[in-house]
Amino acid sequence: MLSNIAFYGAIETGLIYGLVAFGIYISFRVLDFPDLTVDGSFPLGAAVAAVLIIDGVNPWLATGAAVIAGMGAGAVTALLNVKLNILNLLASILTMIALYSVNLRIMGRPNVALLTEETVLTPWYNLDLEYHQVPVLLFTLVVLVGLVLLWRFMKSETGLAMRATGANPRMARAQGIATGAMIVLGVALSNGLVGLAGALFAQSQGAADVTMGVGVIVIGLASLIGGEAVLTPSTVVRALIACVIGAIIYRLAIALALNADFLGLQAQDLNLITAVLVTLAIVLPGVRTSVAARLTRNKA
Amino acid sequence: MITATDLTLTFGKGTPLENPALRGMSLTVNQGEFVTVIGSNGAGKSTFLNALAGEVMVDSGKIIVDNQDVTKLPTYKRAGSVARVFQDPLAGTCEGLTIEENLALAIKRGQRRGLSAAVKARYLDQFKTSLASLNLGLENRLGDKMGLLSGGQRQAVSLLMASLTPSAILLLDEHTAALDPKTASFVLDLTTQIIEEQKLTALMVTHSMKQALEVGDRTVMLHQGQVVFDIAGKDREGLEVKDLLELFEKQRGLEITDDSLLLG
Repeated sequence: MLSNIAFYGAIETGLIYGLVAFGIYISFRVLDFPDLTVDGSFPLGAAVAAVLIIDGVNPWLATGAAVIAGMGAGAVTALLNVKLNILNLLASILTMIALYSVNLRIMGRPNVALLTEETVLTPWYNLDLEYHQVPVLLFTLVVLVGLVLLWRFMKSETGLAMRATGANPRMARAQGIATGAMIVLGVALSNGLVGLAGALFAQSQGAADVTMGVGVIVIGLASLIGGEAVLTPSTVVRALIACVIGAIIYRLAIALALNADFLGLQAQDLNLITAVLVTLAIVLPGVRTSVAARLTRNKA
Repeated sequence: MITATDLTLTFGKGTPLENPALRGMSLTVNQGEFVTVIGSNGAGKSTFLNALAGEVMVDSGKIIVDNQDVTKLPTYKRAGSVARVFQDPLAGTCEGLTIEENLALAIKRGQRRGLSAAVKARYLDQFKTSLASLNLGLENRLGDKMGLLSGGQRQAVSLLMASLTPSAILLLDEHTAALDPKTASFVLDLTTQIIEEQKLTALMVTHSMKQALEVGDRTVMLHQGQVVFDIAGKDREGLEVKDLLELFEKQRGLEITDDSLLLG
């Protein structure tokens, strides 16, 4: 089974990827905009926060700057699509590739260590908690605040306009909704959340690295789809809760797989396991219904 | 009031598929008028409506809605004065949103949208009264997803949504064509009822000459991107489909070959 450290570690990263899943929910589900920018905006958030923290900026301000940087990256992707009519997927790949260079420029080197710096977590270690529980507590609060704000937003006039833009753009335009502006706002918001996740990840792991974004999109999707398989996303709030549940389950599943010695899996197998898990998450709900149908048929 | 002057629009200009859809189309619809528009396939009916709504931009000509030149404005900037119901019953509503959310989208048509809750308590009475007038029992299903409704029900709600806030003109694009005959006549009755009650200015494209003469108070026929005739008042009273055909042949020296127009 899992050690205490591995368990809390899985929850901690799961919560961070819950924020990524929120972002992917906005782009993939609300806007129907397949956005791969996240592989670049995750390390962008980490890089911006890390560099600012090293420069002595307050860690929360640095984290806020990471959110704004992420939003900027998302806005670039959306504008490439809306204003220059570049296919959404391709637009996001272009931004993602460009961000690799941008991130190296921001950091000035491939990675920046934060181990000795003050981070958003530092004051919380004074609490009477186990060392590994501290990030879990803080990130739970961040995720809860994010969830409530996003839920309220999606229920607002602007949020509803954004949902209509993704669901039926022709109808949205006929209702006077500037669909282009909604796409820019939504993809920016999505990548702002991913930038936040990157900034928190760097602070909890003690470093920002230019390669830390590889596969973030797949992990986020795995969380989103896995969560939807567990909790049917019939309402916005259920969909958001599903994102967090999915992300935590995903990280726990990974931790279990890596800890199960009889499987012989090692850390380098992570991406393979992820791909298998995503495939299962996509296929299983369909299998479940067909099995259920077969069982009821046999009864009859 | 809406005035379209000398609209031209050619699709696929400079390609082998070049297709002139509008060739100097002019039409003025006065306040409170209910105009029916007919024409065979390719006459430019839908293109004309799309041009008025802003979904396509005309090559030349001018569109004035309530004294404002909207020729160059995109759809969303015209939406405050132009309401619309589409032919496809699924196109006018969002199936993933609830009935009340769809209505809440429509009640803000053409207005600024902020961060306050979209479905406000003070809207609910209005939503319920409007829905109750449909006699479909939808007033008790405000929280249901739109996707649970049938095509006819969705088209009826689309119509409600289009009339929830005032507009300079209501565009109806063959909005009963995709429905079964019984539902189509229900939606058509509802249309005339709403237009009369709220004294709306409306432009209804239809594929059926019979329908075009039965409802509204003025009929316009389009052919090859132009208005070929425009009848109202006394000239239109007692007119039948065969009279329309004669009128058309006289005007154009052409015979109508589109069977669906005759049979519809």
